[in-house]
Amino acid sequence: MSDINKPNEQNNVSSGETLSLNDDRRVKTLSPGALVAKRFFRNRLAVLGLVMLAVMFLFSFVGGMVSPYGEDEQFYTYTYLEKEYVGVTRNEDFRYVSAEGQDFGSAAQAQFLMAQMMGKTEFEYKDINYGLTQEGQDFYAVSVDGDTIAIAYKDIVNASDGVADLPFNVKHAALQLYTNDEQGAFSVDGQDYMLDEDGNIIQGDEVMGYISRFVVQSKENGVLVSRDFKERLEEVLDNEGTEFAYTDPDGTEHTYTITYDAAAKVWSVMQETETYVYSQYEAPSSKHPLGTDSNGMDMLTRLMYGGRVSLIIGFIVVIIETVLGVILGGISGYFGKWVDNVIMRIVDVFYCIPSLPLVIILGAAMDGMRVDPQLRMFYLMLILGFLGWPSIARLVRGQILSLREQEFMTAAEACGIRVSRRIFKHLIPNVIPQLIVTCTMSLGSVMLTEATLSFLGLGVKFPFASWGNIINDVNNSYVLTTYWFIWIPAGVCLLIAVLGFNFVGDGLRDAFDPRMKR
Amino acid sequence: MRNYIIKRILASILILFCVTFIIYAILRCLPASYVETMAMQLAMAPGAKPYEEWIAQLNASYGLDKGIIAGYFVWLGDFAAGNFGDSWKFTVPVIQKFHDVVWLSFVMGAVAFILELLIAVPLGIIAATRQYSRADYSITAVALIGISLPPFFFATLLKLVFAVKLQWFDVSGLVGRTFAQMSSWEQFMDKAYHLVLPIATLVITSIGALMRHTRTNMLEVLNADYIRTARAKGLSEQRVIYKHAFRNTLIPLVTIIGGSLPGLFAGAQITETLFSIPGIGWTAYQSMIIGDIPFTMFYMTFIAVLTLASNLLTDILYAVVDPRVRIA
Repeated sequence: MSDINKPNEQNNVSSGETLSLNDDRRVKTLSPGALVAKRFFRNRLAVLGLVMLAVMFLFSFVGGMVSPYGEDEQFYTYTYLEKEYVGVTRNEDFRYVSAEGQDFGSAAQAQFLMAQMMGKTEFEYKDINYGLTQEGQDFYAVSVDGDTIAIAYKDIVNASDGVADLPFNVKHAALQLYTNDEQGAFSVDGQDYMLDEDGNIIQGDEVMGYISRFVVQSKENGVLVSRDFKERLEEVLDNEGTEFAYTDPDGTEHTYTITYDAAAKVWSVMQETETYVYSQYEAPSSKHPLGTDSNGMDMLTRLMYGGRVSLIIGFIVVIIETVLGVILGGISGYFGKWVDNVIMRIVDVFYCIPSLPLVIILGAAMDGMRVDPQLRMFYLMLILGFLGWPSIARLVRGQILSLREQEFMTAAEACGIRVSRRIFKHLIPNVIPQLIVTCTMSLGSVMLTEATLSFLGLGVKFPFASWGNIINDVNNSYVLTTYWFIWIPAGVCLLIAVLGFNFVGDGLRDAFDPRMKR
Repeated sequence: MRNYIIKRILASILILFCVTFIIYAILRCLPASYVETMAMQLAMAPGAKPYEEWIAQLNASYGLDKGIIAGYFVWLGDFAAGNFGDSWKFTVPVIQKFHDVVWLSFVMGAVAFILELLIAVPLGIIAATRQYSRADYSITAVALIGISLPPFFFATLLKLVFAVKLQWFDVSGLVGRTFAQMSSWEQFMDKAYHLVLPIATLVITSIGALMRHTRTNMLEVLNADYIRTARAKGLSEQRVIYKHAFRNTLIPLVTIIGGSLPGLFAGAQITETLFSIPGIGWTAYQSMIIGDIPFTMFYMTFIAVLTLASNLLTDILYAVVDPRVRIA
């Protein structure tokens, strides 16, 4: 029957039915816990802190599972690197070839240059008269007593790949035609040659060589620039093009860009080569909402796993601290006398040890020993926990000192309850409120310490992520100025989590404090 | 009172003894120390002695050939005699290097601390007098944000905004590029200018604690009976708060301020390192990273002394300022 009546009753109350003044239903009784909760939830900052924490926990623990990528999954990308492939210069100097058995040394060459510039038709050097005949554009024949002993030219005759250098007379004859913009057959020493419109010197079906004003030098070792490529390149250069595509004999197509350096009179031909690299510092995109880091890992996923590490380290350190602190503080407070004295002196010593410098030294030492990153994380937790317990021990001791004088402890003693039970079952639960507040606040500060250490490169190490070591990347000033998405999100996450703990801790302190009005 | 102070000082000396021993033992136990690295380098040189000989020689010349306990007492004897040894990293006597850098840290700390006081105390009082108002919430939130801000992150943000984007300040360092050509007044201003960002970092990341402390104490005072009496007398709210309540909040405040004074010499390790400010913090960081035992020992002992001094100062000030507190 009561089951049926209950909803009815509630309806009546809520609909504002007037109750008699001494009706029990008018008095709302709340347990102490409910009172604390009520006070807590009235505090807007505390609720905000709770929401922030919930978000960060979901982000770190669920996010890692939801994320399509792994903690240290690396992404690769093709990048196009422009590498200098060949350099091209247009020949502007005379080159000389002397006929077989003749000598046309560099001193004579210099005399020739002077004579050529002054437009003379002969010059003298070491009592020899040289004749100078212009046979084409930028093409001169040098003769002594009517015999051609050398030619000077700017259009270069190149022998084809695999063909020995062309004989002097062939060069002479071919250049004669070429520099006068003529083509056609010619014969030298009883052999027939052809000069076609591209400057190719052909004997029979074989291309023996070609004539060109451009000098093409390969910039990479072991790269032979094919004739075909050179021709194609010259064509582009003649048309003043800046880009062209060329398909290798083996079928791969490359794109080349041409830049002209006016000072050095060199065209550099850049080949776009495809390289397979880590996709480093990729800007945020739909695939990687926060881009990728210096190792080509997805930033958002790193952030999630980093949060997991940071939060877990925070919790474990605080658990170590609390266990040590509660046990030692409890014993110290309960027994008093010399036990208290000894433990409190130890606490004093620990209080006095500069903890951050000490952890930095230990971190640097672990660097030197090349401790395995996973093991290192455990050491870090142990060290931080071991350095942090004294404040909790002091808190617990102080509370217990006053609590143990109260009547309920006398009653517990009279009942013959074991000492350990008295401490941990009757005294410690009364310290829990202050303990919770302290633990919440110190969770925040432990996370800050860990982040600071990781930031300095002395805490959590690669391949593990933590919010601190993600921010570590800003030590590279280029990252600091250019890639905000690498370090700002990690800092914001850290701030939100620590702030959440502090808000909640602050709210809990107010809520537990019975003197607080409201 | 005098007996109490003497007792406390004796206890402090005992604690200091333990602390220095622990630190010394830890430093000595660490492998891959400075000496080993140096021996490795020296042995690498062409025609050099083998590593074992070098390390024996270096250990002997640095006094590391004794056991930890014997070595500690040698160090302690030297320390008590005022002989702090030579820094390995900076190759000058420790005390000289300390002299060179500590005042910069002190100035930085003092300026930051004064600014903190000027900002935190009034805000804390406002928050307390208007408890649960919007002002209180925002002040509490700001204080907690300050506490929660990782100093390294905040410093980096400041660098990005003010040094990189706005280019108002240099990214790091204490002096500008043209420092050598400046007159002494300009040099002073140049240094001051370079300290703006580090001090801002210090102030903002440590202001929260003082602000909340002021608020809590003020709240406690405002709930006291004598404040009710003052209000009942019909005094103006202004007079109640600034004359009656504020004076009583000064008691815990003065003790805290007194207790913080020794800490001003300790330097701000992270901030100084980030901004490359050659104060005691950065110097100590550099020496710790490479395992420079004389300087590190000196710095750690110095910090421990400062901690003990500030604890003692706090307790004494409590008794001096608050007549209700009696020290046995």
